[in-house]
Amino acid sequence: MQLDDLYRRVIMDHYKNPRNRGTFDNEAVTVNLNNPTCGDRISLQLLLKDGIVQEAKYTGEGCSISMSSASMMTEAVKGKTMEQALDMANRFSSLMKGEEVDFDDYEDLEALSGVNKFPARIKCATLAWNALRKGIDEEDNVQ
Amino acid sequence: MNPAIREQFPILHQEINGHPLVYLDNAATSQKPLAVIEAIKHYYEYENSNVHRGVHTLGSRATDAYEGAREKVAKFINARRTQEIIFTRGTTTALNLVASSYGRAVCKEGDEIVITQMEHHSNLIPWQQVAKETGATLKYIPLQPDGNIDLADVEKTITNNTKIVAIAYVSNVMGVVHPVKQIAEIAHRKGAVIVVDGAQSTPHMKVDVQDLDCDFYALSGHKMCGPTGIGALYGKKALLESMEPVEFGGEMIDDVGLYESNWKELPWKFEGGTPIIAGAVGLGAAIDFLEQIGMDEIAHHESVLAAYATERMAEIDGLTIYGPAKRHVGVVTFNLGDVHPHDVATVLDASGVAIRAGHHCCQPLMRWLEVSSTARASFYLYNNEQDVDRLVSALIQTKEYFGDAT
Repeated sequence: MQLDDLYRRVIMDHYKNPRNRGTFDNEAVTVNLNNPTCGDRISLQLLLKDGIVQEAKYTGEGCSISMSSASMMTEAVKGKTMEQALDMANRFSSLMKGEEVDFDDYEDLEALSGVNKFPARIKCATLAWNALRKGIDEEDNVQ
Repeated sequence: MNPAIREQFPILHQEINGHPLVYLDNAATSQKPLAVIEAIKHYYEYENSNVHRGVHTLGSRATDAYEGAREKVAKFINARRTQEIIFTRGTTTALNLVASSYGRAVCKEGDEIVITQMEHHSNLIPWQQVAKETGATLKYIPLQPDGNIDLADVEKTITNNTKIVAIAYVSNVMGVVHPVKQIAEIAHRKGAVIVVDGAQSTPHMKVDVQDLDCDFYALSGHKMCGPTGIGALYGKKALLESMEPVEFGGEMIDDVGLYESNWKELPWKFEGGTPIIAGAVGLGAAIDFLEQIGMDEIAHHESVLAAYATERMAEIDGLTIYGPAKRHVGVVTFNLGDVHPHDVATVLDASGVAIRAGHHCCQPLMRWLEVSSTARASFYLYNNEQDVDRLVSALIQTKEYFGDAT
């Protein structure tokens, strides 16, 4: 087992220098999710307007994988349409299953491909993406 | 501790991620010696049958094996009577049995149930539920900064309105041994019963339920070298006799009518359905194994190991150990700077060292400690100083790996 497969430089960079960490005041969808087996939790704020993810920020606590994944996810989906964001979430799920996936739209995500070799950590990586899906679902239900 | 003991545990002799396994997750579950694995195999190969009903020879063999295991449990914790031992699926089921049957029957509005914030979820949620359903008040004995409890606080928290006091003998997180005997005396003086969660004490020290004078005592087989899926509830005869069963079905009945039925005598009235026969046989073999080594010897070994572990771990800059400075049981809960416990556990696993990371089924305690989760190394009779050394060097590697996060 190669630890560097899991903890690649890109991941450690997002962990130590998180992007989009914080909150904003605009009218936003807020999703709180936690991972009861390990105590990781995320609070994701999304500003969804005209079918586009205008803004995405998060707060929370967790391991390097869950927090770096949140940092990457928010970077990745900002400015994308909700449809594109969901498509990325689906591709991320495939990545976690060990499938070959391209992320031309945000290459940092490929750094998390090593997580699929650490089954116990997959749920850490998917926490932020599950929050995204939930947020978009809620918005869909409102409309 | 005789190094030959380690030889008895086949699972320990393997490599994990290219390194010899160091198993330090014993508070979650222990490994099983050959004697236990063989006993279960022998049961299935020569004795398997249903108990208490077969007229045939195998029926008698299975019944003897099952009831023989009950006698072993009774002797092991020094119960006065064998019928005071009820087999359950584990500590959780045992505690739920007391809460569902005794708790719901005796508690009413204005009554109190007293626990601590250090309890495992299985000794906390059942009482929360009883309190909600009956209108009783759930009260918490305050904790000292090191996780110990002060008997003066126990005196203050337990009042004449208290019906039940429920507490762990040994904390699965803090490595604290609670003064259960003194708490039992206080509880009884105020008219309450005491329920003891023995999941973390029974595997590691001599337990005497008569000396403790506890009313109920719950234990799990899998944490004491036995198989998963078997545990026991000890209860004082008069209390158990006054209680209604919580599971109804085969094995537990005396006479069944169309509209009324009545129950077998103790302990079988609490054992509805075909019991966990092979599990009980395995638990009996585990008890024989532990007694052959001696519980005092095991307790001594772990206390020496815990002292060595805390001393060596304290040398690591940025490492915080939770709980009392001096501990007698082999549970060491810690955090390594700002490195998340999950990351610590993953890096350690890459070196073959198995520890636990998370909230350890103690979310209220985590809040009290003001952390979201912790790492935990827990020892048992087969661990040695080399295991501690491997843990310490893997922790130092983790620190280097995560660099300035520590």
